[in-house]
Amino acid sequence: MTASTACTLLQPKEYKSGVKPVWCPGCGDFGVLGSITKALSGMQIQPENAAVISGIGCSSRMPTYLNAYGFHGVHGRALALATGLKIARPDLTVIATGGDGDGFSIGGNHFLHTCRRNPDMTYIVMDNQVYGMTKGQASPTTDPNWEKGKLTPGGTGINPFQPLVIALASGANFIARSSSSDSNGTARIIMEAIKHPGFSMVQVLSPCVTFRPEQREWKNIVIPAPIDATSDPAKAARRLLTDEGLYTGILYRGERPAYQPALKSSIDNIEELDEEFRL
Amino acid sequence: MTRQNLSIALTGSGGSGVMTMGSMLLEAAAQAGWYGFMGRSAGPQIRGGEAAAMIRVSSEPIESPDDSFDLVLAIDPGSLDRFVAEIPLRPDSLLISDAEGGRRSSSLPDTPARVVDLPMKKMAKTVNGGRPNMIALGAVARIIGLPDTSLYSILEKTLKSKGPDALESSWTCVREGYAKAADLPAFGGPPINTGSTVERWNITGNEAAGLGAVRGGVRFVAAYPITPATEVLEWLAGALPRVGGVLVQAEDELASMNQVIGASFGGTPSLTATSGPGLALMTEAIGLAVCSEVPVVVLDVMRCGPSTGIATKSEQSDLNIATKGLHGDAPHLVLSPTSVTDCVFTTQWAVHLAESMQTAAIVLSDQSLGQTRAIVNRPADIAFMARRLVPEQFEEQYHRYAVGDSGVSPMAIPGQKGGQYTADGLEHNEAGAPSSLSEDHIAQLEKRQRKITGFDYGEHWAELEGDGETAVITWGSTTGPVREALSRLREQGEDIRLIAPRLLSPERPVEMAAALEGVKKLLVIEQSHSEQFYRYLRSAYDLPAATRVFNRPGPLPFRPNEIIQQLLKWSAAS
Repeated sequence: MTASTACTLLQPKEYKSGVKPVWCPGCGDFGVLGSITKALSGMQIQPENAAVISGIGCSSRMPTYLNAYGFHGVHGRALALATGLKIARPDLTVIATGGDGDGFSIGGNHFLHTCRRNPDMTYIVMDNQVYGMTKGQASPTTDPNWEKGKLTPGGTGINPFQPLVIALASGANFIARSSSSDSNGTARIIMEAIKHPGFSMVQVLSPCVTFRPEQREWKNIVIPAPIDATSDPAKAARRLLTDEGLYTGILYRGERPAYQPALKSSIDNIEELDEEFRL
Repeated sequence: MTRQNLSIALTGSGGSGVMTMGSMLLEAAAQAGWYGFMGRSAGPQIRGGEAAAMIRVSSEPIESPDDSFDLVLAIDPGSLDRFVAEIPLRPDSLLISDAEGGRRSSSLPDTPARVVDLPMKKMAKTVNGGRPNMIALGAVARIIGLPDTSLYSILEKTLKSKGPDALESSWTCVREGYAKAADLPAFGGPPINTGSTVERWNITGNEAAGLGAVRGGVRFVAAYPITPATEVLEWLAGALPRVGGVLVQAEDELASMNQVIGASFGGTPSLTATSGPGLALMTEAIGLAVCSEVPVVVLDVMRCGPSTGIATKSEQSDLNIATKGLHGDAPHLVLSPTSVTDCVFTTQWAVHLAESMQTAAIVLSDQSLGQTRAIVNRPADIAFMARRLVPEQFEEQYHRYAVGDSGVSPMAIPGQKGGQYTADGLEHNEAGAPSSLSEDHIAQLEKRQRKITGFDYGEHWAELEGDGETAVITWGSTTGPVREALSRLREQGEDIRLIAPRLLSPERPVEMAAALEGVKKLLVIEQSHSEQFYRYLRSAYDLPAATRVFNRPGPLPFRPNEIIQQLLKWSAAS
């Protein structure tokens, strides 16, 4: 591979690290990896200026496969780690990636509060309604009647989590859904999400072909949302509550300013701090 | 050497203003030339309940509570009952109470002290807007020989946000109390003027730890409020923006710890502060910092545990979790300051060490250091700063986790072209790619261990004094009482050695062996019920056959005389 220079455009493949993914053949996450590289290339974000942060799970392996700065942290805490990084380094393009278990179960509290806080970053959740890495348990987005979960043989019997509704109610500033089968469409949405100020939530329906083979059908049943994105939370809420989770596209564009405390570098008034203690 | 000392306790129901009054009294004493400190003891209630301010002033710098109190003032008699064990009195102690001040006391009839009545409540009622604590302030100031003029400027400063009426009524109360105290016994008088021109500070241990962090280079703090660490955060929230930093109030301790790791990954020296329950929540992510080699500092202001325990009172019982609480083999640093002043040094040093070795450092302060306000000599400036090894240029393929000799490998910072890597809590190879190979696991485990065991910590690993054949080993806040006990014994011609390790992890076997050279008897002193420090020492070091433990749980502090008695009893028995 020839090194890129300022005058040659970085191609999507140049955003791949070369480490071979652990995913099963046919996993939707391959498509999302491709979409992320297309989005980074589409925006010509230099690899050293992007940081991809994740927790634990199949999709959380994403940073390792990208040529960017990355952090593969602990389960459920990707958004917290990414928030710290973004506050300290507002110059970076920060993307958090992960799955439905990482983001909405063990990481649920951080999801709520990152939506509230609204830092300028993008969260890509590859939702397959199952824990794949631990071999097939129900996740927060699993249908209550799904009986193949090994810990919930009679189905979970509990209400599935609606991530985009929760995101809206908690204050996310950009909400979209896409399908991993539509690599270019997902890339376009990710680019819009990165460009939009504040916290952008992108749910990607990304099939688990091993534990939820029926999800292969998703590519045939997702529907482009029939109306344009709204900036009215009430309208967005009504739409999100009634779309059965299959509308794709940008569903909400909010107008809240992003959270970014004033961080100044190279200020050195440390001696002044002594004043208040002096007798 | 004649040292003047006075110990004063002020008790009241929460909200009665004993802490405000205590702070003002301490400041007035400081202006008159005293050193000293004020510790706090309180029930868990935010308002209501009981609170006690424990003040000791001295003509010289001090770090330890005395054996008993000379003066105790109870704004209402009932507030005494909660603190009988914490406020030891003698027959010549003076106890001032107010028979009409509120709830009755069940302990008052049994007190050994001389009891006098001061109708603070009634006197305050005669002043428009008057408060009993200001009557008490005036009275105590006179009893201990402070001029009332110094109180006016302190009132002005403390009450400036409350308007001229509040100042006027408080000042009237102070003068009434001052006048009335002419009828009461007096103590001490002003301290002997040593003619010292050393700059003195009025600072709490929690503020000192915050200052040490900022001096060391910390510019990002994420934290969740918790007693008794909150004041560290409150101070930092004001201080950090003045030096270009930021404090974020996170949604919980899991988020705090992970935000701190994220900010440090981005190149900013970072810290969080918490107490036991928060530390328990953070341990998984501290292990992440160790494995991914991201420097972070965690300040744990310890309180009584387990679980919620006694949130407002001190104990040295997080030693186990701090040194051994991470899963897997996770070598990291554990340090502990030995005094309020040392909170500056130890926290600053911890930042320097964590950054130098790219690992996690836990600093164990405690409630009694953190919430004590002390009049001390200005903490010395030290040169320890955050200095992280960052690559200047990149090879064809950058290896973030290259094993190397020291174990410390150059850490690329996002934005550095060619340094792209993934920091990982998964075991990894030198390039940072996940690996489950035994050889990579061993190589990385050894790298992470080597960088902290091979580091040169210099003389700061412990405080060592004296060279007698009997030694006392202690740590953290109990160092103060031990030091005073040993100094009293030294005045009587007994040389007893002090060993107070500031660095608790990694262990320093060579240095400890040298410190224990020639010691025949070793007394371990610690404030934990299960002898956590003793067991830590036993597992880490070779101790003399004659080793004894003097331990007890919080919240009762150690007092110098009981340490002296332990030593005398032991020497009499052998």
